[in-house]
Amino acid sequence: MGVGRRMKKQGPPTPLDESLVTRKRKQVDIPPTANGVGKKRRTAEGPPLMSGAILREQKATVNGKASKDKPLKAAKPNNINPKKAPSPPPVEEEISEEDENTDRIDDLDLIEDGLEGVGVSGLDALETDDEDIEDDEFDIADSDVVDSDIEQRTRMWSEDEDDSDAEEELNAANIEGLSRKLDMEQAIAETEAQAELEEAGMQTNISGDKPKVLVDDEDEDVAGGTSTLAPDLQLLRTRITDAIRVLGDFSNLAEEDRSRAEYTAQLLKDICAYYGYSPFLAEKLFNLFPPGEAFAFFEANETPRPMVIRTNTLKSHRRELAQALINRGVTLEPIGKWSKVGLQIFESPVPIGATPEYLAGHYILQAASSFLPVMALAPQEHERILDMAAAPGGKTTYIAALMKNTGCIFANDANKARAKGLIGNIHRLGVKNTIVCNYDALEFPHVIRGFDRVLLDAPCSGTGVIAKDASVKTNKTEKDFMRLPHLQKRLLLAAIDSVDHASKTGGYIVYSTCSVTVEENEQVVQYALNKRPNVKLVSTGLTFGREGYTSYMGKTFHPSLKETRRYYPHTYNVDGFFVSKFKKTGPTPANAVLAVNGKNSKQETTAVEEFVDKTPILTEEEEEAKADDFGGWDEEEDREYMERAKKAALRKKGRDPKADKAKAKSSDGTSNTEDGQAKKFKKTKKAC
Amino acid sequence: MRPLTDTETQTLFSKLANYTGRSLTHLITSSTSIPASSKSKKDEDNRHVFRLHSSRVYYLPLYLANLATSIARPNLLSLGTCIGKFTKTGKFRLHITALDVIAPHARYKVWVKPNGEMPFLYGGNVVKAHVGRWSEDCPEHVGVVVYDMKDVPLGFGVTARSTAESRRLEPTGIVTFRQADIGEYLRDEDTLFAT
Repeated sequence: MGVGRRMKKQGPPTPLDESLVTRKRKQVDIPPTANGVGKKRRTAEGPPLMSGAILREQKATVNGKASKDKPLKAAKPNNINPKKAPSPPPVEEEISEEDENTDRIDDLDLIEDGLEGVGVSGLDALETDDEDIEDDEFDIADSDVVDSDIEQRTRMWSEDEDDSDAEEELNAANIEGLSRKLDMEQAIAETEAQAELEEAGMQTNISGDKPKVLVDDEDEDVAGGTSTLAPDLQLLRTRITDAIRVLGDFSNLAEEDRSRAEYTAQLLKDICAYYGYSPFLAEKLFNLFPPGEAFAFFEANETPRPMVIRTNTLKSHRRELAQALINRGVTLEPIGKWSKVGLQIFESPVPIGATPEYLAGHYILQAASSFLPVMALAPQEHERILDMAAAPGGKTTYIAALMKNTGCIFANDANKARAKGLIGNIHRLGVKNTIVCNYDALEFPHVIRGFDRVLLDAPCSGTGVIAKDASVKTNKTEKDFMRLPHLQKRLLLAAIDSVDHASKTGGYIVYSTCSVTVEENEQVVQYALNKRPNVKLVSTGLTFGREGYTSYMGKTFHPSLKETRRYYPHTYNVDGFFVSKFKKTGPTPANAVLAVNGKNSKQETTAVEEFVDKTPILTEEEEEAKADDFGGWDEEEDREYMERAKKAALRKKGRDPKADKAKAKSSDGTSNTEDGQAKKFKKTKKAC
Repeated sequence: MRPLTDTETQTLFSKLANYTGRSLTHLITSSTSIPASSKSKKDEDNRHVFRLHSSRVYYLPLYLANLATSIARPNLLSLGTCIGKFTKTGKFRLHITALDVIAPHARYKVWVKPNGEMPFLYGGNVVKAHVGRWSEDCPEHVGVVVYDMKDVPLGFGVTARSTAESRRLEPTGIVTFRQADIGEYLRDEDTLFAT
């Protein structure tokens, strides 16, 4: 679907050119066949001037019909011709004038093309006039001598001969009928052109007055804004560009008594219809940019990014690899000054993902944007590094290559199926220092911590990679933009907690997403800054990219957020991306909300609230239990078991039960029967 | 994850020795990739060891194995380099992933010409016409590592005949039976790393 639309979208300008080209080819092609015939016949009878003029007119109209796509241009000659056609005498006057001025014009063909609209009939007459004189000389040249200059001339003459050939057939009888027919055709073409003009009224208006962008309701239905019919893409596009123009210079271009909001609403509606976004997402993305840039962004999302491979420096070098691939017929080029390992593939006769070099692990297919977080992470040799969401392993293997296979990388992915590809890539690229594990990344601080650097390429909505996966346009809802940031925030806290702040070389966290929305980027970073006073944003070390927002739609973020970097498909021709780098300066304070327990503590509070409601039921049950044969409920003994189970559960989660003892004791001190039950309830909650 | 038992070690080493010959010892000693300046404690840490995890054998530096103990067994998917796996009958099967480990220490080698690369990578045996070079004095049914002419290891297999016999072979005769090739990364991606 996307491709088709793109094709159509690119359509509008092309017909103009194409029709020109085809017409020219016709003029070139036809003559040789008519050439010989024309000559013979013409010698018998001199051509009447006037009829030649008429014939040229006929040609013009034919052309106008042949290229129906460009009625605007075709309309011009049509408008002019009828005036001239009925009055031959002025034409003759013109001839004499031109004859004096231009005795020998070498490339009449050219001039003719250029002036077609203006002085068609006059020039035509001139040609035929010349022809009579020159004819004999060129007869010889026509037949066998091949010369570039002459060839051009022969074409010129032969064309005229074509005309004169047809002229011959004219006689007094049919000339009148023919001209009538021509008139009719002209009239039809004219009305058609007029209709087209009206339809595409905006185009002509552009240079003149204010464009009409906002449409009435009935118009809208025609344009396909809401109707079930397929929308008129060309019209939509012009309307989008016009609206953007108006929004760019609102005070001058806007219609009176129309507000900016109206224009924006109309523009968004058109964008939804034209590109197929859900209205929600279109608005979200539109708000990120000024209107003109937003349009560029939407446009860029329709074209795929270049294919990029990353050289595996563990096994090869970029120059060697490039040479090997060039030998296979691949055209490629270094991706840019900012990367020493990237190669951009333009075209390849072999599948790039199945060459012997690929299988030998000399390179990996990796989008240019996913180099960036690793470059920001800047891993050093002999460090311990965590990649929290590693699959499919492009970044992990890049980290390993930068560390030259020393130190240790924990490559984690929550999805076991995706981890398979990760392991495959790790082995293929000859990475030897990696431990692949399958945890929910939120648990990681409890599994192992003390990392020198952590890379968190968080799961995201993918609004930066719409070019790759167009389904994002429609399947992301408001809920996703609440659920994903929530997860990202917890992941980022977990990442921060996993880092060793005292690391000699590191203590860095890189947070990146392939999304461009503020909710998933700046807001998440801001949240982490709020929750963890022991981290600060530092420069990513990336040489390009746009600064992150420090304020957005009424929200203000910490000024250091300008250290983060944003990447857009329309500015750098990479996927939309966000990279931020933190430095952890101190230990996480004891009262900080843990990524995992943050949720638990919330649950605890709710549990207590719920408990109040349920008290009577529980006591009732207790009474029943006491009453029955089973022997009742020993509160004291039970508490001991509960305590033990609780410790075991904590240990299982990788936490030190002794650390929580103080908390547990303090609550114990104030314990009464109700509290005990509350705790029991808490525990069950925790267990589930 | 655990170290190998004695019998497992024996099975594994006899298999590896098939390809590496006596240089197998280089695999186990710590001197493989460590500069001489490093200290003895570090030396010990960088010594490479074999570890068994869910019937697969991994080859990795000791410090990595120690770190991996923090990962619970069900959550651990892979560590270091996978060498191969023990079958249910107790035999050991080398995987293509072991190529990185055995290629630098290979005893017998076969180099295939460029026109023989693709047939081999698609899982074919090495025929005589495709052999560009081979180790002399290679006996029959012994492990060889297959390289392309640029010395990039492509896989490994066993010789079908000794070098002397192969000389008398017709061009279409098989010289080396394929056991593993790097094409498996694409062909068997799903099964190769299934745990």
